[in-house]
Amino acid sequence: MKTLVWVEHDNASVKDATLAAVTAASQLGEVHLLVAGEGCAAVADEAAKIAGVGKVHLADDAAYGHGLAENVAPLIADLMGSHDAFVAPATTTGKNVAPRVAALLDVMQISDILSVEGDKTFTRPIYAGNAIATVESSDAKLVITVRGTAFAKAEATGGSATVEAVSGPGDAGISSYVGSEIAKSERPELTSAKIIVSGGRALKDSETFQQYIFPLADKLGAAVGASRAAVDAGYVPNDYQVGQTGKIVAPEVYIAIGISGAIQHLAGMKDSKTIIAINKDEDAPIFQVADLGLVADLFNAVPELTEKV
Amino acid sequence: MKILVPVKRVIDYNVKPRVKADGTGVDLANVKMSMNPFDEIAVEEAIRLKEKGVATEIVAVSVGPAKAQETLRTALAMGADRAILVQTDDEVEPLAVAKILKAIADEETPGLVILGKQAIDDDSNQTGQMLAALTGRPQGTFASEVTVDGDSVTVKREVDGGLETVKLTMPAIVTTDLRLNEPRYASLPNIMKAKSKPLANKTPADYGVDIAPRLKTLKVSEPPVRQAGVKVPDVDTLVAKIKELGIA
Repeated sequence: MKTLVWVEHDNASVKDATLAAVTAASQLGEVHLLVAGEGCAAVADEAAKIAGVGKVHLADDAAYGHGLAENVAPLIADLMGSHDAFVAPATTTGKNVAPRVAALLDVMQISDILSVEGDKTFTRPIYAGNAIATVESSDAKLVITVRGTAFAKAEATGGSATVEAVSGPGDAGISSYVGSEIAKSERPELTSAKIIVSGGRALKDSETFQQYIFPLADKLGAAVGASRAAVDAGYVPNDYQVGQTGKIVAPEVYIAIGISGAIQHLAGMKDSKTIIAINKDEDAPIFQVADLGLVADLFNAVPELTEKV
Repeated sequence: MKILVPVKRVIDYNVKPRVKADGTGVDLANVKMSMNPFDEIAVEEAIRLKEKGVATEIVAVSVGPAKAQETLRTALAMGADRAILVQTDDEVEPLAVAKILKAIADEETPGLVILGKQAIDDDSNQTGQMLAALTGRPQGTFASEVTVDGDSVTVKREVDGGLETVKLTMPAIVTTDLRLNEPRYASLPNIMKAKSKPLANKTPADYGVDIAPRLKTLKVSEPPVRQAGVKVPDVDTLVAKIKELGIA
């Protein structure tokens, strides 16, 4: 089977989520990559070095500059004439583009897969991760999005694929990019961090969140996450949100501070290797999944912990 | 301008789903069902656009069993003007729902279709994008702000890393994210009034759509259970354990 993998990039480098998608795709067969964007030749060169990649298709055109689904999906649908499967990481970009491609091909998409069980058989989480479905596709072509935390990352070096320029239908003329506000952070990226320190509603406000969570994260070299309650209350921007409706993470260590452990939050972090919870309510559901729990007032425990680690 | 709002009847988000012992699915017998939370946000946004004088009529649509009527009545009680139920007892996949919605959109010619970004049962996150593809219209997914200006709509989208703004030519498809708005509660008088609002009953065959599933569910199982951990008595013990993990 020939698979086409969507390369997620920021015009400068390949994003980590792509590497997990490559691993999933390699379990299906020959892996080709698609780098679409404007002025992204350097990304294609970097992508060509990913281990196990057969070919890199480079679509360099102003129409693909910001990954607008209206312009990119027809390009992918064209390329699917010579591929059997389209695989994208289940990032906001992948989730935006892949279903549009699937509908153009008249196939059902298989969202957020956790494993490849066979040529057409996959597992995926449903009901916020409270059940795992094994599904088999009857479609001629496959369109798949991949949960990044469920697959090991392919080696970013060692490959030597050829880069081939491709062109597509170009600008559909029905949408345009206006601008973006990207939250600045010097800490590791949430979805790829080894350690995450995450805060919940119990932090009380934005200042206490900064005052208690950030120093501990910095001392551990960790990324900072948050529960939906903390985000909705405005303590931190929404891209910090870990959960069913936010980011899905699976770090080595996840430290949940002042987070009760609602279903929607657990769906985003329960595959972490070690979960540590600090909460003053000893009956909080978070303790049912935590490997290490400390029942304590976070306003006393966290500064002490920060000082001692 | 007319707004079309598809809504789905799903398990209530507060209920912890139980996998059936025979592995055929999730047990939905006698479980509380509600409107999908993202769809409530979609209905709310449509109503707000009507209150601003941007929209003239709101049509709510649901594809599902007879009981999905209740979900449509909820949308009517919130402020939708009329409803269409496309009734079927079969499981309908996002692709088939998108095809039914396309047929309805062709009939109703809405300026905007506002959907939730995903349903909390199948967690697919596909229907809006598929509808946009089938109708050839632009899509503003994961919207946290929607501004209609003449024949275009500006959508602020929640993306990994922050926010992105796109401008779409109408008619357009928008899918809602959590922070778009806070849905209102339906008041008792409005719930009573909703009972007399028009609700059309249709079937997938009326729209000529084949709803045969493309994906076959072979098995539904419980996720792996985490082993119970230990509670530590104080910060010092926690620090010692953390040091054992080798992260500090």
